[in-house]
Amino acid sequence: MSFVQNFPFFSIIIAMFSGIISSVLDAKKARNLSLAAIMVTTGMSAAVLVFCLRTGESYTYMMGHFPAPWGNEIRAGVLEGLTAFFFGVVMLLSVVGGLDHTAKDVEKTKQNLFFIMIDLMLSSLLALIYTNDLFTAYVFVEINTIAGCGLIMIRQIGRSLLAAIRYMIMSQLGSGLFLIGLSLLYDVTGHLLMSPAKEAVAGIEAAGIYALPMLVIVAVISVGLAIKSGLYPFHSWIPDTYGYATPTASAILSGLVSKGYIFLLIKIFYRVLGRENVVASQIVNVLFMFGLAGMMLGSVHAIMQKDTRRMIAYSSVAQIGYIYMGIGLGTTAGMVAAVFHIFTHSATKALLFISAVGLYEVSDDKKDFRSLRGAGYRNPLAGIGFSVGSLSMVGFPMLAGFISKLLFATSALQSPHKMLPTVIALAISTILNAVYFLRLVITLYSIPEKGLEKPLDNGSKEKPPIHSSWKLRLAVLSFILLNLFLGLYSQPIVGAIENGLAMFA
Amino acid sequence: MSRIRDNYENSRCLKIKKWIDGEVDLLASGVEIEAPEEAKEAALPESDLPNPAWQPGMRRPKAAKRRRRNRDGRDIRYFRRIYQLMSVFLCLAIIFILLWTVSYLPAFGNAGNPDNNEVSARYIESGLQETGAVNIVTGMILDYRAFDTFGESCVLFIASCCVLVLLRIDAADGDARARKRLREADDRVFEPKNDVILQRCACVMVPLIMVFGIYIILNGHLSPGGGFSGGAVLGSGLILYLNAFGFKETERFFTEKVYRRVTLSALTFYCLAKSYSFFTGANHLHSGIPLGTPGAILSSGLILPLNICVGLVVACTMYAFYTLFRKGGM
Repeated sequence: MSFVQNFPFFSIIIAMFSGIISSVLDAKKARNLSLAAIMVTTGMSAAVLVFCLRTGESYTYMMGHFPAPWGNEIRAGVLEGLTAFFFGVVMLLSVVGGLDHTAKDVEKTKQNLFFIMIDLMLSSLLALIYTNDLFTAYVFVEINTIAGCGLIMIRQIGRSLLAAIRYMIMSQLGSGLFLIGLSLLYDVTGHLLMSPAKEAVAGIEAAGIYALPMLVIVAVISVGLAIKSGLYPFHSWIPDTYGYATPTASAILSGLVSKGYIFLLIKIFYRVLGRENVVASQIVNVLFMFGLAGMMLGSVHAIMQKDTRRMIAYSSVAQIGYIYMGIGLGTTAGMVAAVFHIFTHSATKALLFISAVGLYEVSDDKKDFRSLRGAGYRNPLAGIGFSVGSLSMVGFPMLAGFISKLLFATSALQSPHKMLPTVIALAISTILNAVYFLRLVITLYSIPEKGLEKPLDNGSKEKPPIHSSWKLRLAVLSFILLNLFLGLYSQPIVGAIENGLAMFA
Repeated sequence: MSRIRDNYENSRCLKIKKWIDGEVDLLASGVEIEAPEEAKEAALPESDLPNPAWQPGMRRPKAAKRRRRNRDGRDIRYFRRIYQLMSVFLCLAIIFILLWTVSYLPAFGNAGNPDNNEVSARYIESGLQETGAVNIVTGMILDYRAFDTFGESCVLFIASCCVLVLLRIDAADGDARARKRLREADDRVFEPKNDVILQRCACVMVPLIMVFGIYIILNGHLSPGGGFSGGAVLGSGLILYLNAFGFKETERFFTEKVYRRVTLSALTFYCLAKSYSFFTGANHLHSGIPLGTPGAILSSGLILPLNICVGLVVACTMYAFYTLFRKGGM
């Protein structure tokens, strides 16, 4: 056994341990520890990815002295390594980009608690990615939920407390359904580890027994995780949550947390329930319909928003719809497109949230369209970042969003019954995306209105013009590069995703 | 004419046209809908005068507004009623579906059930030799599936962090508002209560509860119990003591510093010990942790220290929740 194979376990434990230690550190040390932990785990995930690519196979790692059906286990393959690495990069950049705002929004004595949440969030995301055990997945879903709540409410203003309560209720509903699904599954299979459970499921399907419980299990697990990731009819917690949390929390929650649940869902589909069984159960069609509805109605809601942060949040609803549409196609190509869109969306949405903060900084922290007029001139880099993010979301060539839309469209061609709705919905949704994103981009680069220019000018004459900190600029720049990388160098990544999904089966 | 014009002005088409032209902000709808109403009311008399047939229409906007308001109120009431009915219906539907599913599941306690498989057989048959714990449940949660239990204790840890975020009031930086909040939340001014009945009872009960809690924790691997249950008993004993004698007495031995140190060292020990165990297990190394004689108090390897750690974390978390809810600090 090579030493690299220990890395998934090390990265989970390092993230958790840094969270535990942070409880006695002051804000600055907790911050440095947290950044170091994220960097180390990202490096380890990269090593795991390279290792799995080189050996060409996945491996399981025993957590303790007991082999598979008795003890806990984690599993690493190409897709796990790639996702963990990517999530680590996005998390690092989001934390770095929002550092100054975190320091401003969070009470000084509670900042170490903020970094505890970040550390434990990281560890739970890693565990959700690497897990090979259904109950371990549930435990870390719990940690993820509580850490998410903490990240939202740590801002301690009325609206974010309200958002946290809403998030908690919806998220707990999702966890509850997920747990019910797991208990039913345990009852009919007798296993919690994924690989033996899959064998048991195959036996059940072959024998043709427990048809109704299996259907309910698939439905309850899918809906539970869909609620937690904010699929369209269950999206009501999204706008408040992303709109009123601190920038780092918004970027992490929208970019990573909801994606972690989707990744878990894909993993359960492949590794436990079996993709063919899920497709046969018609649940994917329900997810497909919800996804289509989300793509369009999420965008319509986004057009109606006044507050630009809420607009970006509603755009997340639409993008989650895309991902579920890909899963709902039921084909391998659709799944590849969905996984690629997970990466696209986490890179782009985090870029949008972080660069939007740079724009608010130069507009008196106002978030409506009027105040943002001309903000692209006042903070050029953030303006460029926001434009790149918007164009990527709309699907401009060379950027990440284009590739994922292309993948969705080509994968739709392979499933004859769903081709037309998919392509039409993609077209409509792209136009709607363009309406609200390009409108904001045009606003950013239009000259401020006469009436509004004065108060802004008076304000800025008294104090020197505000410059964003180097951290924010670094994060925005890196995110732009990440987007370009995903857009220009997509083929190896798509290949790795296909490779990884093949290892899942 | 005016009706057609009204219709046109209220149509989405014009709003979008205006929005594209940049005349109005469609998104500032709160202002936009009101303003044309006012303007129209002022403008109506002149504009409608040339057409006498529309004379009664002068009062129309107001009436329409009133009608609309009434209708809105009714709509909201209807909506609420439908909403309540639908939610009850939805809950009943879910209950029905789940009960229906349960009726298809294997009967409870049947020997041929899927969960009576090699997994539980090994736990029962060789659990004692492999973990050294007489209590199979403890052996399962702290040895076979110790990673999950580590996750669970981290759930407790992060839950108490969240409560700290929400309820701890820090007046350290001299913020007047925070100090006021602290004063309002602090109920120590009513102490000591000196409730004789409570204090006498606590004098008898607290030592017993503490000893019982420690017993449950230390015998977790030998008899029913373990860290979670014993910790809960310890925590409730601490809370009873606090209620009887007040913060002044408890702060002699339990402050926030103590809480932090205890939680930190317990979780750190758990983390390091289990990491060592996982690492050796996965790499097929010999861990060198003796299992001892089953049944003795010092047996079953790491389970006893881990139980102590879990117990300490649970007790501290319970006590911390209580104090935070009472006075916003420890």
